[in-house]
Amino acid sequence: MGLEHSLETTASQSPLSLRRRNQSRFREAVIQQLLTLCALVSIFTTIGIVAMLIWQSAGFFSKVSPLEFFTGTKWTPLFQPQHFGILPLVAGTLLTAGIAILIALPIGLASAVYLSEYARDKVRRVVKPSLEILAGIPTVVYGYFALTFVTPVLRNVFPNMIVFNALSAGLVMGVMIIPMVSSLSEDAMVAVPRSLRDAAYGLGATRLEVATRVVIPAAVSGIVSACIMALSRAVGETMIVAIAAGSTPKLTLNPLESIQTMTAYIVQISLGETPHGTVEYYTIFAVALLLFAMTMLMNLFSQWFVRRYREKY
Amino acid sequence: MKNGDVFRQRLKVRHIKEGVHRNLMLLATLTGIVVLTVLIIDILRDSAGWLDWQFITSYPSRHPAEAGLLSALFGTLWIMVLTALFSLPIGIGTAIYLEEYAPDNRLQRIIQTNINNLAGVPSIVYGLLGLSFFVQALALGRSILAGALTLTLMSLPVIIIAAQEAIRSVPESHRLGAYALGATQWQVVRNIVLPTALPGILTGTILAMSRAIGEAAPVIAISALVYLTFIPSTPLDRFTVLPIQIFNWVSRPQEDFQHLAAAGIIVLLLVLLSMNAAAIILRNRYQKRTEE
Repeated sequence: MGLEHSLETTASQSPLSLRRRNQSRFREAVIQQLLTLCALVSIFTTIGIVAMLIWQSAGFFSKVSPLEFFTGTKWTPLFQPQHFGILPLVAGTLLTAGIAILIALPIGLASAVYLSEYARDKVRRVVKPSLEILAGIPTVVYGYFALTFVTPVLRNVFPNMIVFNALSAGLVMGVMIIPMVSSLSEDAMVAVPRSLRDAAYGLGATRLEVATRVVIPAAVSGIVSACIMALSRAVGETMIVAIAAGSTPKLTLNPLESIQTMTAYIVQISLGETPHGTVEYYTIFAVALLLFAMTMLMNLFSQWFVRRYREKY
Repeated sequence: MKNGDVFRQRLKVRHIKEGVHRNLMLLATLTGIVVLTVLIIDILRDSAGWLDWQFITSYPSRHPAEAGLLSALFGTLWIMVLTALFSLPIGIGTAIYLEEYAPDNRLQRIIQTNINNLAGVPSIVYGLLGLSFFVQALALGRSILAGALTLTLMSLPVIIIAAQEAIRSVPESHRLGAYALGATQWQVVRNIVLPTALPGILTGTILAMSRAIGEAAPVIAISALVYLTFIPSTPLDRFTVLPIQIFNWVSRPQEDFQHLAAAGIIVLLLVLLSMNAAAIILRNRYQKRTEE
C-alpha cells in the first residue's frame, strides 16, 4: 500500500512518466482484449459447427422423417427408389472402427507396458519417436498402403474377398491409432507411483505380475479413456476408408465385404456434382451431424471417465 | 518340503510366463516400426522410375507418362503459408490468454473444455463447416483462402494445447522476478514467457501444420476434385493440394496411376520431413539462445 502510494505521488509529480504510465495501461488493456478475442475464436468455432450442422440438416429432415433416418436399413439416396436409412453407414463405420480397435488395443497396450515397465531409457528414446512418426503419416498414405499392399496380401488368404473391403481398411486404421493408444496409456502407467510397484516386488512378484496386477489396474482410468479416444478417432477417420473400404452401403458385419462408412459417404458426395439445395446434397449434413454427435459423446465420456475413476495417490 | 516343491514348480511356470510375455510385448512394440518400414519400402518400390523432374514440373494429365503434380505442390505451399499466418497468432494468443490472463473461473474452464473437444472433432466436419461458412456464406468460393481458413480452425486446438504446455513449463520464479522489477503483465509475457516457451511452441505448431498439410478430407469438401493446369497466383484462385492429387490417382483403376500416386506420396512425405527437420533446427537454435 505504502509503496504504491509513493509511486503514485512521484508519478503525479512528473508529467512525462505519468503519460507513459497511462500509455502503458492503455496498451495492457488493448492487449488483454485482443488475447480474449483470440480465445473466443474457439468458442465461435464450436457454435459455428453446431449451428451449421443443425441448420443444414434441417433442410434434410424437412423432407425425410428422423424415424426413417435412424431406423431405416437401406441407404440409397443417389438412385431410385431413394431410401434414407443411416444404419448401413453406421454399421460400416462401426465395423472398420471395431477392427481397428481390436488391433490397436492389444498392441498399443502391450507396447505401453513394455515401454513403461521393461524398456531401458535408451530403447525408449528410440522407440517412442518412431511410434510418433506412425501418427504423423498422412491418412491418404495409409489408404494407398491398405489398397495396394494389404488387400493383395489378404486376398491370398481369403480368395473370395472383395477388392474394396472393411478388413484392410480396419487393419491399417488400427496401425494408425496404435501410437495414440500406446502413448496415452503409457502416460497413465508412468503416473502410477513407484512405491506401489516396489511393494509388489517386495512380495516376490515378477515384472509381468506387477504390470498386470498393480500397474494396469491403477492406471485403468487413463487406459480406458485412451481407448475411447482412439475409437473416436477411428470413427471420424476418412481417407483410409474412402480409398480402401468401398462405396457400397451395406448392413453387414462381414469384414470381407465392400461397405461404406459415414465419412466415406460425405467424401463421395463432396467429390460428385450433386447440386446444392437438393435432398441428396443435404444428406451429408445429416450424416455429419450424427458423426459429430457420436465422436463428441465419446470424447466427453472419455474425459468424464478419467475424472471420475482416477486413482489419487 | 512338499509345499516348497509346489512353490518351486509354480515359480518356474511364473518365470516362463514372464519370459514369454516379455518377448510378446517387445514384438508388439516393434509391430508399428515393422509396418512403417514395410510401408516405406512398398512406396519406394512402387514409385521407382516415376519420380523425376518431369513429374515435379508437369500439370496433371490423362496420360500417366506426362502427368505431374506442379499445381498440387504449389497449392500445398500456398495453404501451408496462409494457414501458418492465420493460426499462429490466434493459437499463441489463445494459449497466452488461458495461461497468463484468464481468471480461474467458469469461462476459462468452458474455453478449455471446448478446445479439448474441438481437438477430437473429425476433420471432415471442419470441411463441411468451411464449405457452408467460408465457401458459401462468406462467398469466398472454392478458393485457397477458404481452404486455409478451414485448416486454420482445424489446427488451432492442437496449436493451442501445445503452446499451453510450453508456456506452463516456464518457471514461475522467472515471472515473479520480472514483476518484482516493475514489469507489466504484457512485458513479462513478451520478454520472459514467450522467449522461453518459443521452442516448445514452434515444435507444436510445426507438428500441427504438418498434420494440416497431410489432411485431404476437409480440403476435398472445400475444393472438390479439380483438374488444374495453372499455378494459383492469388489467394482467391481455385486450388488443389498434394493429398487430393494422390487420392485422385489412387482412385483410378489403371496401374500406371498407382505408380503416380506412390511418387506423389514420396513428394508429400519429403515436404513433411523437411518441415519437421526445420522444427528440430529451429528448436535447437532457440534453445541455445535462451540458455545463454
